[in-house]
Amino acid sequence: MRPQEGAPIAPGVPIEAAQGTRWPSYRHPRSWHYSHWDQPGQPSTTQFPSSSTTQFPSSSTAQSPPWANGRRFHGRRMHHHLRGMHRTSETRVLAGVCGGMSKATGIDVTLLRIGFVLAGLAMGFPVLVYAVAWMVVPMDQETTNIFSRAINDRRGIRLVVALIPVVVITQIFVSVLHIGFIGFFGWPVLLAVGLTILIWRNASEPERVWIDHDLVPMLSMGSEGSGRWKLILRVSAGALLAAGGGVVLIMGHTSTAALRPLAGVVLVIGAIVVIFGPWWLSLVRDLMSERQARALAEERTQMAAHVHDSVLQTLALIQRSADDPQNVVRLARAQERELRGWLFEGRPPGTFSEDAVMLGEGVGLLQHKIEADHGITVQVVLVGDCPLTDALRALLDAAREATVNAAKWSGAPQVSLYAEVEAHAVMLYVRDRGVGFDPDAVPADRQGIAQSIRARMARYGGKVVIRSSPGDGTEVEMSMPRSTNSSTTTSTISS
Amino acid sequence: MTESGRPRIFLVEDHAVFRAGVRAELGNAVDVVGEADEVAAAVELINERIPDVVLLDVHLPGGGGQAVLHGVLPHHPEVQFLALSVSDAPEDVIAVIRAGARGYITKTISGGELLQAVYRVAAGDAVFSPRLAGFVLDAFAHSTAIGPDPIAEGGGGPVGAGGSAGLDPELDQLSPREREVLRLIARGYTYKEVARDLSISAKTVESHVSSVLRKLQLSTRHQLTRWATDRRLV
Repeated sequence: MRPQEGAPIAPGVPIEAAQGTRWPSYRHPRSWHYSHWDQPGQPSTTQFPSSSTTQFPSSSTAQSPPWANGRRFHGRRMHHHLRGMHRTSETRVLAGVCGGMSKATGIDVTLLRIGFVLAGLAMGFPVLVYAVAWMVVPMDQETTNIFSRAINDRRGIRLVVALIPVVVITQIFVSVLHIGFIGFFGWPVLLAVGLTILIWRNASEPERVWIDHDLVPMLSMGSEGSGRWKLILRVSAGALLAAGGGVVLIMGHTSTAALRPLAGVVLVIGAIVVIFGPWWLSLVRDLMSERQARALAEERTQMAAHVHDSVLQTLALIQRSADDPQNVVRLARAQERELRGWLFEGRPPGTFSEDAVMLGEGVGLLQHKIEADHGITVQVVLVGDCPLTDALRALLDAAREATVNAAKWSGAPQVSLYAEVEAHAVMLYVRDRGVGFDPDAVPADRQGIAQSIRARMARYGGKVVIRSSPGDGTEVEMSMPRSTNSSTTTSTISS
Repeated sequence: MTESGRPRIFLVEDHAVFRAGVRAELGNAVDVVGEADEVAAAVELINERIPDVVLLDVHLPGGGGQAVLHGVLPHHPEVQFLALSVSDAPEDVIAVIRAGARGYITKTISGGELLQAVYRVAAGDAVFSPRLAGFVLDAFAHSTAIGPDPIAEGGGGPVGAGGSAGLDPELDQLSPREREVLRLIARGYTYKEVARDLSISAKTVESHVSSVLRKLQLSTRHQLTRWATDRRLV
């Protein structure tokens, strides 16, 4: 649980999101922001080491009054009431709602889950309750809920509104055919589906990665199977349902006269399709163009991260060693080689670990490179070893960035890097005893932490926790799952 | 200790420059009672002067740091050894620890930290550098004791060289708490920071570390011996 005192709950909505676009902005290449906003005499809002666990993104602005945020975001009031409750990412099956409720109430989580499923099957509306909770209750280690972001997502709201005719059709159908059960059951489920759209569109980056990589494959049931089998399965399931429906209709209404209202229903549906059809089409088209835009934005993000890590870093180094022409030449030459490799051979710059096969080698390269470039000691401790995957290379890139940050800003002569290979994940810690900073005071769009570390890790499902407070050094904790499906992740990103 | 309470230190190190550096760094906080630059002279002088702590270079002409340990500990088990090296290769480190050194530090250590380490060893506690913690975690990987914490029965205390190979299964495993402590040390935490992070006293951290040292010295654990064999230690 995050410390509440002194840290107002401030919705960490990036400015871009509030304006309706989700394009990342790169204002400043400045990486690490060691600020001294905490006055020496005052109790620091974040206490090293364990209580200041801050998971990015978090732009809770310690210096702005809480009401300033509350006025802009209506979601805050709801958040306020439920602030004791957070969804749990550790034990989540779906959204972590039951886990959070279990933590808040003390009821066994399995019992809650069974209750939710049974109640959902019996009545339908608990499904809607669950979806609402997903939106309103923030994730643990996050300060804002999805709702506060969703209310600014106009396109998503339009999509959900477009679902309303579908609900209406179902209701008409149901009332005509007198199947009250489905009507009772159908509308909350349909509304929950609508909310799910908003949730998916407005989930935070780590949660969206989780949804894309864990939840979606789970729902599409055996995605490894060939496409044809899935098609056959779907078509036969549909045919079975249609046949069943037909049988029910004919059996339930012995006289053909009863089929007359059915014809009416079909006509109404036709009318609705004619009226709303073009609108739906345009929505689908919008969605597709938005997906393209998002892919483009992601590519831009990656490119910016690469340029930041390689070119901008080198330029900074060159400025610093202006009185050492030999070093300048060496840096410029190395940078030139790297850029050429990127432009003409497709090798991403900023990736130094391409020659390494094992994690240990990669860590060694990292150590040498930083010791050579920045003149500090990197003390490396490695427990275990494993072959490098794309995800682990991303972990090394993020670790390199964290170490460079420490070298540049902390003022400490030595940085400790500890990596441990566990059964399911690789843990990596970068720690310095330098000046430290207030993680809550770093604007979320700072390139160094936001893109080069956080986004890089999130792309492969990794997690980043930064612990620091002014005067007490900094520790960046990174964990990268050793999943085998990391290759699929890469393909979706590079395409 | 001398009457002044300062620990009596003996330096075994083949580089005169480094010896001078250590002397300067430790300054007046300790009494340096002697120096040696090779094994035979070191064994003779240490047995004669019986210092509190010997700062022992791992790479020493004439048999390495282990030879000094083997030459002194059977006669004077009360002498504490703190190993120093530049290389940080696991074989060196584990070998001197198993030969009876109470701690291991690298030569990049700062003056203040070195002094702290000397005091700690003089008091009979163990000194783990982050590297050593990493090696131990590696050597004891994939086994976590579920039984009671061995600290409860008061582990620690000086251990002689090549102690009797006990069949105690607890020697072959680290307790979860010991693992936590080692992990934090490997991450670069000082004992004080470890204590703060785990909400335990610094004394408890020390006893955990001493217990790990004892296991490292006495364990006949299959994995540990194999790990050592792989690195040509045994």
